[in-house]
Amino acid sequence: MTLTRRQLLGSAVAAAAVLGPWPAAARQLFESIFMFIPAGPGGGWDGTGRAIEQAARAAGLVGSFQFENVGGAGGMVGLPRFVNQRRGQANALMVGGSVMVGAGITNKSPINITNVLPVARLTEEAGVVVVPASSDVKTWKDLEAKLKANPGAVAVGGGSAGGTDHIALGLILKALGRNPREASYVAFAGGGPANAAILGGQVGAGISGYSEFAEQIKAGRMRALATTGEKRIEGTDIPTLKELGLDVVATNWRGVFAPPGITDAQLKALIDLMTAVHATPQWQEILKQRAWADAFLTGEAFAAALKRDIAATESVLKDLGLA
Amino acid sequence: METLASLAGGFATALSPANLGFAFAGCFLGTAVGVLPGIGPALTVALLLPITFQVPAESAFILFAGVYYGAMYGGSTTSILLNTPGESATIITALEGFKMAKKGRAGPALATAAIGSFVAGTIATLALTFFAPVVVELALMLGPAEYFSLMVIAFTAVSAVLGSSALRGLAMLFLGLILGVVGVDLQTGQPRFTFGVIELLDGIEVTIVAVGLFAVAEALHLATRRKHGEDEILAVSGSLWLSREDWARSWKPWLRGAFLGFPFGAIPAGGSELPTFLSYFMEKRLSRRPEEFGQGAIEGVAGPEAANNAAAAGVLMPMLTLGLPTSVTAAIMLSAFQSYGIQPGPLLFVNQGPLVWGLIASLYVGNLMLLVLNLPLIGLWVRVLRIPQPQLYAGILVFATIGAYGVSNSVIDLIVMYVIGFVGMLMKRYDFPVAPVVIGMILGPLAEQAFRQALTISQGDWTTFVTRPISAAFLVIALLLGVGPTLYRGLARSRPSPA
Repeated sequence: MTLTRRQLLGSAVAAAAVLGPWPAAARQLFESIFMFIPAGPGGGWDGTGRAIEQAARAAGLVGSFQFENVGGAGGMVGLPRFVNQRRGQANALMVGGSVMVGAGITNKSPINITNVLPVARLTEEAGVVVVPASSDVKTWKDLEAKLKANPGAVAVGGGSAGGTDHIALGLILKALGRNPREASYVAFAGGGPANAAILGGQVGAGISGYSEFAEQIKAGRMRALATTGEKRIEGTDIPTLKELGLDVVATNWRGVFAPPGITDAQLKALIDLMTAVHATPQWQEILKQRAWADAFLTGEAFAAALKRDIAATESVLKDLGLA
Repeated sequence: METLASLAGGFATALSPANLGFAFAGCFLGTAVGVLPGIGPALTVALLLPITFQVPAESAFILFAGVYYGAMYGGSTTSILLNTPGESATIITALEGFKMAKKGRAGPALATAAIGSFVAGTIATLALTFFAPVVVELALMLGPAEYFSLMVIAFTAVSAVLGSSALRGLAMLFLGLILGVVGVDLQTGQPRFTFGVIELLDGIEVTIVAVGLFAVAEALHLATRRKHGEDEILAVSGSLWLSREDWARSWKPWLRGAFLGFPFGAIPAGGSELPTFLSYFMEKRLSRRPEEFGQGAIEGVAGPEAANNAAAAGVLMPMLTLGLPTSVTAAIMLSAFQSYGIQPGPLLFVNQGPLVWGLIASLYVGNLMLLVLNLPLIGLWVRVLRIPQPQLYAGILVFATIGAYGVSNSVIDLIVMYVIGFVGMLMKRYDFPVAPVVIGMILGPLAEQAFRQALTISQGDWTTFVTRPISAAFLVIALLLGVGPTLYRGLARSRPSPA
């Protein structure tokens, strides 16, 4: 249902673009936007911020963008700066996501993601559980049985401890009735080393965002067993954990936030802007090109989802002894 | 044959006027950021990422590869002339290179670095062209246990830079180890030695420490020691060019450096620093004049410089064949691939043949370009040394400060750099060696993580390091390197040769 509507909307906008200048599309909503990226240039948050600029400017929604990058500690260096320096500024946006939720909890930071106002969730990426192609584990049920019997016997590789991948594994073990602490979780610094360890059969299994492993899966060097999303990843036939009977959903989402101290009307203007950006053909094109899954959600609904995410993350991190 | 045909196609791409322009721009920019301490190729490529929206994929990657190679060339220039390593991979170069400059031999030091980089870069690019898939498959056989054993070899090699007193050297090595573990622990997520400072959670940048220890410390040292009126200007005596003897002493280290550096680029824990340490160690051991090491031995510049350039080409190997980034710059280049909708992975060569071969061909072009760019500049660079010391070192401090701030726009970084610079000044005054600090800082965390990863995988079984054959072999090599010379000397003494 949603898909059809989105396609309709997409083709309508595309048709309008082909037919010539369409006054409504060129209506400028903001003269300028200050975009704060709590990470260094070149990463996922930076890419999201620049993609918003690309789509918004191409559609004439925003006159100009100004960027500031302040990286470090999963966004926790930048976040306090955004909250303090941009309080009450009606045209400021900050990119953030699930990484920031976890970082705020593990660092016990006095200022965390609850201190900024959720504007819109934009994209998400489901995690995927893989094994090396040469592994004797053929299906999720094989791995599940092993993990249930003795989680410590299966070394699972992924990103840094307490990060998104580790939390996803923790949620799986909890659902299997084991303690996340029992896992043999091997943290690697980034996707490259993790990939190498899985391809070389150094670890028994791997867990990370789908894009980290996608090419190896397509080339048949890794076997994908399950994904951690609500639905299957578009274009793949990997079952979700939910389909496999395990009530686990963990995605790495990204979105934008507004500073505290702005009025409800000002917040609504920002939500309207992001809704308009989301509807542009340029944004849809970017999603397709980067293989980002659309996870658009605004205002209240986003705030509720965020609350659930924080609670789930906190409980796993508590079990891991990190909260 | 197929490879040659593809490579020819690649040259056709790389030699188009527009792409030659991009290669030149990349090399030039790369050299510039290499010269600036702190700002490295990773940050530069990240800042250039928006370019990917505007130009064809081939041109963007040719530009990035130029930046990457150029930084390796530029980094050595400041190491040699100013004792200020621009990149962590050129720290070792400063050890002998700056001593050579002080003796008036800056010209030959720069020349052997530039030619060595060219020779090694070309050898490594050739190897990349023909052997990439094989080398990568071999590299995948190494797991955390093997990396740890490799680090043990590296730690043995460190003895070559400990200086005259082993006690002082080891103390400095441990200082480096402590600096290296600052930040959130990768394996447990717990912060260590951060004292509640949120900016320290990501750890301390190696370049910040290197610039503090080398450049800031040198400047402060001179400032405290300088008496009015005795201004020593470094003389550039003798030829700017390599003498016959220099050539003879350089070519073997170039080749050895190239063969050492290339495979290290391919392994995920290698990086370009490790092979430079090993190369320095190897040259010191093989040299017929080991006593010259520490006084400005040309081998100590030639070998490590060749090694770091070969490693730079090696890093591209797993990236292009498997989509695995083994360095920060490679990781950012990967994200550029993605913004073109290209997914780098095992199928990249098949799906994007022309792009990949264009990139590889541009590496040959870039290397030659950098040699041509750098050799004539040597004459210009050495003139920097004619600047009177107060002005020169004031300039270095300005550069160091800008560069350090540029790493992550953080004032904390600047504070760390100056505190370390002050410590470095005391170390200089009381004759503590600086190189072990930086080496400990780089090797320590690598060895620690590999050690704990290996033990997690083996479920706490310590024998994993000796039961895995490759790991065991590495440990044996480390043992031979460590006790071999002593044993050999002992044997030679107990059995005096009948003469």
